[in-house]
Amino acid sequence: MKKISLILTLLLIFTGYNLNAGELTGAGATFPYPFYSKVFYEFYRQTGIRVNYQAIGSGGGIRQLRAKTVDFGASDAFLSNEELKKFESPVVHIPTCAGAVVLTYNLPGNPQIKLTPEVIAGIFLGKITKWNDTRIKKINPDVNLPPMKIVVVHRSDGSGTTFIFSDYLTKISKEWAKKVGRGKSLNWPTGIGAKGNPGVAGLIRQIPGSIGYVELIYAIQNHMPAALIQNKHGNFIKPSIKSVTMASNVPLPDDMRVSLTNTDAPDGYPISGFTWLLVYRDLSTNIKTKEKAQSLVKLLWFTIHEGQKYATPLHYAPLSPSAKLKAEKLIRSLTFKGVKILK
Amino acid sequence: MKPERSFSDTLFKILLWGGAIFFLAIVMISFFFLFKGSLLSLKKFGIHFITGTIWDPATDKFGMLPFLIGTLVTSVLSLLISIPFSLSLGIFSGVFYTNGKISEIINTLSDLIAGIPSVIFGFWGLLFIVPLIQKMEIKFGLIPYGTGILTASILLSIMIIPYSSSMIREVVRLVPVELIEAGYSTGATRYEVIKKIVIPYARSGIIAGIMLAFGRAFGETMAVTMVIGNSNQIPTSIFSPGNTMASVIANEFTEATKDIHLSALIQIGLWLFIFTFIFNLIGQLIIEKTSAWK
Repeated sequence: MKKISLILTLLLIFTGYNLNAGELTGAGATFPYPFYSKVFYEFYRQTGIRVNYQAIGSGGGIRQLRAKTVDFGASDAFLSNEELKKFESPVVHIPTCAGAVVLTYNLPGNPQIKLTPEVIAGIFLGKITKWNDTRIKKINPDVNLPPMKIVVVHRSDGSGTTFIFSDYLTKISKEWAKKVGRGKSLNWPTGIGAKGNPGVAGLIRQIPGSIGYVELIYAIQNHMPAALIQNKHGNFIKPSIKSVTMASNVPLPDDMRVSLTNTDAPDGYPISGFTWLLVYRDLSTNIKTKEKAQSLVKLLWFTIHEGQKYATPLHYAPLSPSAKLKAEKLIRSLTFKGVKILK
Repeated sequence: MKPERSFSDTLFKILLWGGAIFFLAIVMISFFFLFKGSLLSLKKFGIHFITGTIWDPATDKFGMLPFLIGTLVTSVLSLLISIPFSLSLGIFSGVFYTNGKISEIINTLSDLIAGIPSVIFGFWGLLFIVPLIQKMEIKFGLIPYGTGILTASILLSIMIIPYSSSMIREVVRLVPVELIEAGYSTGATRYEVIKKIVIPYARSGIIAGIMLAFGRAFGETMAVTMVIGNSNQIPTSIFSPGNTMASVIANEFTEATKDIHLSALIQIGLWLFIFTFIFNLIGQLIIEKTSAWK
């Protein structure tokens, strides 16, 4: 009897996964995970379709989509043309929300400071090494800047946050573009690395005179100081959900593989970016039944419409009207065995 | 009775053989997969992978020398810091207080340390060792990173003490009582007995314990990542931030989207595998050579 029940339990453990045929599986980015788990839960409550999302990191999500072991992937950085070529059939990027990277610091009394693109590049290239450098003083005339050494803290783990930040630096500084470039992991010219937002924030709290970058959500939740950053129009912008949504209210390309950094929007925060769900354009590539493909399309539609209202309470920036329109068009373009799913 | 016993004997034998071969197979398979995964970067970089000093995922340049140096320096340094402590701890509870409350408490505590998950050590290091090193750095006029090679080595040394000390404890206990008593009977002091009889007799076991601790320090990942500063540059002093092979893999693996980046990370894993194997081999050689009385 014992043996039988043991075998049954084992069978259940190994096969339980497949019992639920109406289940969608996805894997990828960790940054939007709190948003996705809320949206997917609400989707389940309304439709009865369960979504199993594993936040294993964008890299893993992309690999799993390529191996066709998941129904959809998720990434904080859009795939390059070279990366897209490795998929056996075209992949579509559906933006779901936007996030931002803020510069946070540890100075006596934590005054509100302003930073220009030149100064940010100078600090992270290791060229500006003291807080009372004239270049920082000039843009912060009212702040009493101490003669402290600047300690740069960056992410040590590969992350979409690093990608967005380095994408910004690549756009605003030729020297950065040449020496460092953009990527999820970089060869940093200066400073120390820490794992995850909590790691970076922890070191910044401990090291007087330090500066580093964390996700907007993390800075808001932990009441960390955040620098105002000068955008393309010369305005100093405070990082907030509103200024991040504004950043994406610009003309966008049809495939939505777009970087929002150094935005043209006059009120937009310059270091922000979309996060995407990745699906095959023809869903029959990795999904067997038409019903399941329809469930996935329903989920995507839900995420960019009803799902958007869960973004702000969780400190994610909802899609701007123009971004939502483009995303709708992309969802409408999805097919199953060559036939469009949404009319 | 007899046939039954021989049946269970055969079964037992099969189980043992099966277990041993299965284990060997797993080691071979993991080596094979590491090798296969690193082929791409092996072909592209060749020997430059080991001698290269630039690790730059953005431009696909991968050389692991900074991490190799970081790994060797932190493990050797942590070993040097830990040896006096683990030796005295082992001798204390293996020779001086072999039983009784004190040795029981000390043994339990040291075993407990061995069982603490390394992420907890990492947190403790961040909250306790980092501020201490920072104060030191401020005193010396250095940049107060707090994290770096020295911080990681100190943390590692504490983590590995239980591994070597418990082994040392067991081997010094094996020193025959007759030898020790013979030592005392010649008028030797306790110190002399330990120095001239206990340590030489248990030398090979002591070295084995130290090698075990070295292996642990070499491959430790989580705690080191949290306090080493994770810089891809070759460390210039013990206060500068660095990185180890294991922590680079842990840091970059999940988000490595490019094939060559992934392959380079797997190749680091391959080298970790090979180095650990070599160190174990060296350890065994030393043990064989130093076995005092056979």
